[in-house]
Amino acid sequence: MADAKTLTHLERLEAESIHILREVVSEAEKPVMLYSVGKDSAVMLHLARKAFYPSPPPFPLLHVDTTWKFQEMYKLRDRMAQESGMELLVYQNQEAKDRGINPFDHGALHTDMWKTEGLKQALNLYGFDAAFGGARRDEEKSRAKERIFSFRTASHGWDPKNQRPELWNLYNARKAKGESIRIFPISNWTELDIWQYIHLNDIPIVPLYFSAKRPTVERDGMLLMVDDDRFPLEPGEVPVERSIRFRTLGCYPLTGAVESEAATLPEVIQEMLLTTTSERQGRAIDKDAGGAGMEKKKQEGYF
Amino acid sequence: MSDIITNDSVYQTDSLIAEDIDAYLDVHQHKTMLRFITCGSVDDGKSTLIGRLLYDSKMIFEDQLEALQADSKRVGTQGQEIDFALLVDGLAAEREQGITIDVAYRFFATEKRKFIVADTPGHEQYTRNMVTGASTADLAVILIDARKGILTQTRRHSYLAHLIGIRNIVLAVNKMDLVGYDQAIFDKIVADYTEFAASIGIAAFTPMPISGFKGDNITGPSENTPWYAGPALIEHLETVEVNSAVDADKPFRMPVQWVNRPNLDFRGFSGLIATGTVKPGDAIRVLPSGKTSTISRIVTMDGDLDQAVAGQSVTLCFADEIDCSRGDVIALADNPPQAADQFEATIVWMADEEMLPSRSYWLKIGTQMVTATIQQPKYQVNVNTMEHLAAKTLDLNAIGVANLSTDKQIVFEPYAQNRTLGGFILIDKISNATVAAGMLHFSLRRAQNVHWQATDVSRDFHAGLKNQKPAVLWFTGLSGAGKSTIANLVEKKLARMNRHTFLLDGDNVRHGLNKDLGFTDADRVENIRRVGEVAKLMTDAGLIVITAFISPFRSERDMVRQMMQPGEFIEVHIDTPLADAEARDVKGLYKKARSGQLKNFTGIDSPYEAPLDPEIRVDTVAMSADEAADAIVARLIP
Repeated sequence: MADAKTLTHLERLEAESIHILREVVSEAEKPVMLYSVGKDSAVMLHLARKAFYPSPPPFPLLHVDTTWKFQEMYKLRDRMAQESGMELLVYQNQEAKDRGINPFDHGALHTDMWKTEGLKQALNLYGFDAAFGGARRDEEKSRAKERIFSFRTASHGWDPKNQRPELWNLYNARKAKGESIRIFPISNWTELDIWQYIHLNDIPIVPLYFSAKRPTVERDGMLLMVDDDRFPLEPGEVPVERSIRFRTLGCYPLTGAVESEAATLPEVIQEMLLTTTSERQGRAIDKDAGGAGMEKKKQEGYF
Repeated sequence: MSDIITNDSVYQTDSLIAEDIDAYLDVHQHKTMLRFITCGSVDDGKSTLIGRLLYDSKMIFEDQLEALQADSKRVGTQGQEIDFALLVDGLAAEREQGITIDVAYRFFATEKRKFIVADTPGHEQYTRNMVTGASTADLAVILIDARKGILTQTRRHSYLAHLIGIRNIVLAVNKMDLVGYDQAIFDKIVADYTEFAASIGIAAFTPMPISGFKGDNITGPSENTPWYAGPALIEHLETVEVNSAVDADKPFRMPVQWVNRPNLDFRGFSGLIATGTVKPGDAIRVLPSGKTSTISRIVTMDGDLDQAVAGQSVTLCFADEIDCSRGDVIALADNPPQAADQFEATIVWMADEEMLPSRSYWLKIGTQMVTATIQQPKYQVNVNTMEHLAAKTLDLNAIGVANLSTDKQIVFEPYAQNRTLGGFILIDKISNATVAAGMLHFSLRRAQNVHWQATDVSRDFHAGLKNQKPAVLWFTGLSGAGKSTIANLVEKKLARMNRHTFLLDGDNVRHGLNKDLGFTDADRVENIRRVGEVAKLMTDAGLIVITAFISPFRSERDMVRQMMQPGEFIEVHIDTPLADAEARDVKGLYKKARSGQLKNFTGIDSPYEAPLDPEIRVDTVAMSADEAADAIVARLIP
């Protein structure tokens, strides 16, 4: 602390996030935490454990699985669920499974079916009326204007023109039957804050964030990791061992790696601070539909 | 790019990042945080300034810059130069319209602080967004176009920032490059603003000549303004005091969010400390119950704390098993806030559908949720001229002052003292929309201290001993109507029936309890309030109370009615026409009032509002005082 009475920015952010988590648990009927196993999810889960300690967080974790995540992510997911004492729900869109939707053959449809549709189906199936998500306002332009409590119609749509004003730290969680709320407790955190907090609190994260020799191929200017044998190699193509890491994690065929030697957290942070491209740059999803890609996705029900 | 002047003297953290990342992280870890808003009208260069702050603090990445350069050429308003506004304007709809339509939050950091900027719109119809952005801000940057000076919007933004309680105001006179960095222009704007600021109660502000586009006085002193000796914008933002530091010096208060009960051995109360400091061993009081205990532990996952301050989220344990649940407020035992259910408040209406004075809304304040009804506004404020206007309702973006009442007592403090216990939102019960924000000024019944002494001999027991049902016979009517005469007869009749009574007479009370009050409207209201409180205590003691006061205003009689238990308030209108009362003029007062010797006399130069639906109406022209007294007693004891 700067002095006994002035909190540091991380202390203020932590207190705000914990306050949000507790408000939702107090006012919602059936909350759930969307857990994507990435670094933001890791921080959000840690904050939830702090918010309700010594009780375990009084809601389950929901992983909307696309079956295409990195193997390391599945491992950490199961371990963290166990450590936190929370129930882990894994949902896979049966239709996407039956139709064999995959990121190699179906492009944008893959994200739409597995993630957007899968999420809607899971929320409907379990009847969750409030879902925590780990989105941050500094990630992307349309996120910067989204409320912390974001209302979704019964069909999970988002109307950016009709958001409820949020004053002070008073959140209005009331809603009609069938409607739901997405809540973003780490809205005000930046990428640097997330890393610093992970560092200070020793929060377990997927090892893929750290540099290591991994098998890679290059596709459309993106460096992809060959995480399992489902990766369709071109005739004669041989994965190359490169020293890589990931700044953001999603479906492995859609997530670009960066060449890096950063093997420790301070080194990762150092690299992030000295880098010249934004973190979502490695993600294909933002490039659809011109500049308004994410905004359009959100209106359709994407987180 | 060539035209962008960058001065990164305060942002030279790069070398540290590269050379000693651990040292850098240590610096970053100890940064404080400042939240601020920028307000200005559409062309004041607000988005450009924010874009500049992000750019200078290296928050814009290469890929974003490339997209920005491409966008600037395509739809920008700066020719071939970078249009920073495009970086900040987020949603597709507003990019097309070329205006910012919502609150957007941006982040940047310097060596000393992390900043969260609420970018709030300048358009008139979006008052609600500015109030929203300002509600969490420690500071406001009011932007002025140096070429235009103080505009209506400047006044509006300043008023709103002041209304929401922002203590630090920066007057950023922007686009100085377009007026040749002329000191006279700057000085004139500052002089104009000083006069205006004083008129709305802004005691201090920090003026600075800047250019968001060229970068003058943003990160360091500009060579173009040698006549300006004050701080650069960033320098100022890095050093002003943040709200949470001020809040830490106030008495301890924490609204309870959630009761933490993992097993029978642990019971903790979780919340965000609104003000003050708390330590194990501190004596606390839970409100509104008034129960006391001491803090035994401050529990966090990282271990118990020796102390926690305003702004921290904690879980508190008590030494004793006392009731405490969501909505309660934990406070310093010997300096607790009060509870009340009627208030005066400023209300900012934020919905398309106008406010309905009799409708009930949800009111959320801290962690308390109650039902509230709002009275017709006392006035509405014209946010451009600060004039008070008469208003029957409030519509979208209107700001007014009104009384409101809640169905349950809420623990509160005036907004000026405590944002958490004084700031509230109103929620429509049908649509669930947040329709208004408000700030409590004070309660209308100041005597309602909540830390009641719990007593063992109850109200019912008192009444039972006297074998009667407590009641208040509230006589109202013009001076000389016969209130005291009839009240006296009623008390005598009741006394003969072995009823325990007490008569509170207007003239007598003014000799003692209320001898400090005169006859202005405000004093009349206070007079009645005090009598109401005394009558209430007497009903608690089991008495039948008879009061004889002119009590000319309906709202105060209704206020007293609401203080009493249902059915215990019996309004008795001693209905005598003014001409008859004046003809009697037992005390010679009408004569004095008519001759101007007596001011504010009810019926002459001060209004009498007759009851609309009294329990008992006595027509003194049709019946004698004795007949009237019999009728009243018969109504009370059938």
